[in-house]
Amino acid sequence: MTTELYTGAEMVVKALSALKVKYIFGYPGGSILDIYDAIYQQQDVEHILVRHEQAATHMADGYTRATGEVGVVLATSGPGATNCVTGIATAYMDSIPMVILAGQVASSLIGDDAFQETDIVGCSRPIVKHSFNCRNMEEIPNIIAKAFYIAESGRPGPVVVELPKDMLIPQNKAPFHIDTQVKMRSYNPTEKGHPKQIKKAVNTLVNAKQLVIYSGGGIVLADASELLTSLVETLDAPITNTLMGLGGISGTHKNFIGMLGMHGSLEANKAMANADVILALGARFDDRVTNNVKKFCPDATIIHVDVDPTSISKTINAHIPVVGLVDVVIKQLLDELDAVGFTPDETVTAPWWQQINQWRSVKSVSYEQNGDKIKPQRVVEAMYKITKGQAYVCSDVGQHQMFAAQYYPFDKPRRWINSGGLGTMGFGLPAAMGAKLAFPDSDVICITGDGSIQMNIQELSTCLQYNLPVVIVSLNNRSLGMVRQWQDMIYGGRHSSSYMESLPDFVKLAEAYGHVGIQINHLDELDSKLEQAFAVKNRLVFVDILVDEKEHVYPMQIRHGAVDEMWIKKGEKS
Amino acid sequence: MRRILAILLENEPGSLSRIVGLFSQRAFNIESLTVAPTDEPSLSRITIATTGDDKVLEQIVKQVNKLVDVIKITDLTERPHVERELLLIKVLAMTDKSRTEVKRVTDIFRGAIIDIGKQVYTVQLTGDSDKLNAFIKTLGNETEIIEVVRSGCVGIARGEKALRV
Repeated sequence: MTTELYTGAEMVVKALSALKVKYIFGYPGGSILDIYDAIYQQQDVEHILVRHEQAATHMADGYTRATGEVGVVLATSGPGATNCVTGIATAYMDSIPMVILAGQVASSLIGDDAFQETDIVGCSRPIVKHSFNCRNMEEIPNIIAKAFYIAESGRPGPVVVELPKDMLIPQNKAPFHIDTQVKMRSYNPTEKGHPKQIKKAVNTLVNAKQLVIYSGGGIVLADASELLTSLVETLDAPITNTLMGLGGISGTHKNFIGMLGMHGSLEANKAMANADVILALGARFDDRVTNNVKKFCPDATIIHVDVDPTSISKTINAHIPVVGLVDVVIKQLLDELDAVGFTPDETVTAPWWQQINQWRSVKSVSYEQNGDKIKPQRVVEAMYKITKGQAYVCSDVGQHQMFAAQYYPFDKPRRWINSGGLGTMGFGLPAAMGAKLAFPDSDVICITGDGSIQMNIQELSTCLQYNLPVVIVSLNNRSLGMVRQWQDMIYGGRHSSSYMESLPDFVKLAEAYGHVGIQINHLDELDSKLEQAFAVKNRLVFVDILVDEKEHVYPMQIRHGAVDEMWIKKGEKS
Repeated sequence: MRRILAILLENEPGSLSRIVGLFSQRAFNIESLTVAPTDEPSLSRITIATTGDDKVLEQIVKQVNKLVDVIKITDLTERPHVERELLLIKVLAMTDKSRTEVKRVTDIFRGAIIDIGKQVYTVQLTGDSDKLNAFIKTLGNETEIIEVVRSGCVGIARGEKALRV
């Protein structure tokens, strides 16, 4: 019997297929043409051709956030690879598993400044979980298997695999062998929380008088929503989500007190500031949450559960650190609470809830639709109503992102897809395409603005090619809204380069790409035209909505203040 | 506070640059760094001398440990340990007086003259960093220093404790 022999390029595709990859997002180029040739000759893995490599990374990212499957990107050496850098950093900051296969010039040319040579492993080193450089074509399958294992285990993240051209060429062939069960002596992420720490945590939880649960993106990544909800109900505790954690518990759950942080609700930030115990689950005390760390919840005992030990006590000191997978640890906490026979004591919880409801009654997340100009918040509310809160909402970065986070209560996890950590403008459209590819029968919205949408607008072409009828809802305020807001608040109203002159006609632009364009100028046509847009199921609709350019995002934490020091609205402090 | 960290990691291309990159990326200090393969050729051992308060040190240890290539890291300064550094120093030795003085100081510090030129002596000395500093200062009082090279410190725990896979 003869063993079948494969080229390196064939091994790449065969390995992806063995790892059950359905899609590769990429763009061809000289160093990886052998891989493209191998893709052409098989049916298992489908390639999606984007118009810019950055969009490939965001599309893979959106696909991953919606499904939980590892996203795969393929880019050529040099500019192809460097164009991926922003997308890799975006995935890194939000702990999204991704494998980036980057071409490289032939091994013999590395270091010679050859055509389309860049050291992508070096360029991406600070923004990857790990990277591999392939030096032997027989290793390709196992390197890819390792890359997947590292990307999705522990705290997930992007992994770069560099493939020099001579590893891929048809002249070299070898047998294919892959170990999908990866074991590494240097990498063993902790899964279970230490039993002593669990006991300590539960002991603190049962004695808490003013407990708050603060959960983040870790819950979404770990698919731990149901466990979280049952923990919240067992403890009858108020729960707040970070921007990344929205949907971790239903946005309409009675214990949910809104998002916290810079543009969080007053009740969430007040509850944090007044808590005696904070249970942080899969969150990392980001500066957009804490405000001034020196003034952050000085009286609270902090229990911090995270799979990544570096996240614990990095910015805020944790009194009870628990390292482990958040779903596993919540299960352990529930078991221990059950073992000690815990039931919430109403004489303790009632006064705390009374206090929280008082903060709630301020209705800090609210706006007034006065005058004819459409308020951006009003658009998000309309969007929520039409989609019954069930859409995948993929956001760009800016005011529209905050309005969506505040006014679209997410019922389920993985429905809110945004670049929270890096804040990457241009993320929204390709991310929405990734989600739509995964869930063609669901409503997928790209909520964006006239600034962000232009950062990856070329992908309208990809949408046509692959029939990805997302609904683009662009809150067009003819300016870079969030920049303008800061300039209004901090820079004496000097709008330095935040005004977008010479905007294109977005309706015509959408039509030029073969899609449907709708413009909404008046409040009285908002609901009907938006409904029209969502009724179109088989074509992409670009809805360009002229909104009030003077609107600011409120509430907003006051700079350098404590977590609960906020502007409720213009000129009104908490 | 000065700390000495011992790191055991995979002897792979790029693993050293990950460590160095991490320190610069997160604004941690490196006072000195040494690296070489161990008795097991697939493993490298790095010794880093650094400074920082307890909070910074905790982050350094955690962040280094998080690197996929790293197998183990330990703070040697937490426990009794031995620390050594190698110094090679070239000094002017043109006169009888300076030659005698260099020889005398080298003997006192238990160093060795390892090379002699027409006008210079090259001296080797091992010890902890303080001893090397003192030696350089003393020699500098006796003659002119031409060139100094130091290896950066290496360290190992005292007693039975060992950093192994």
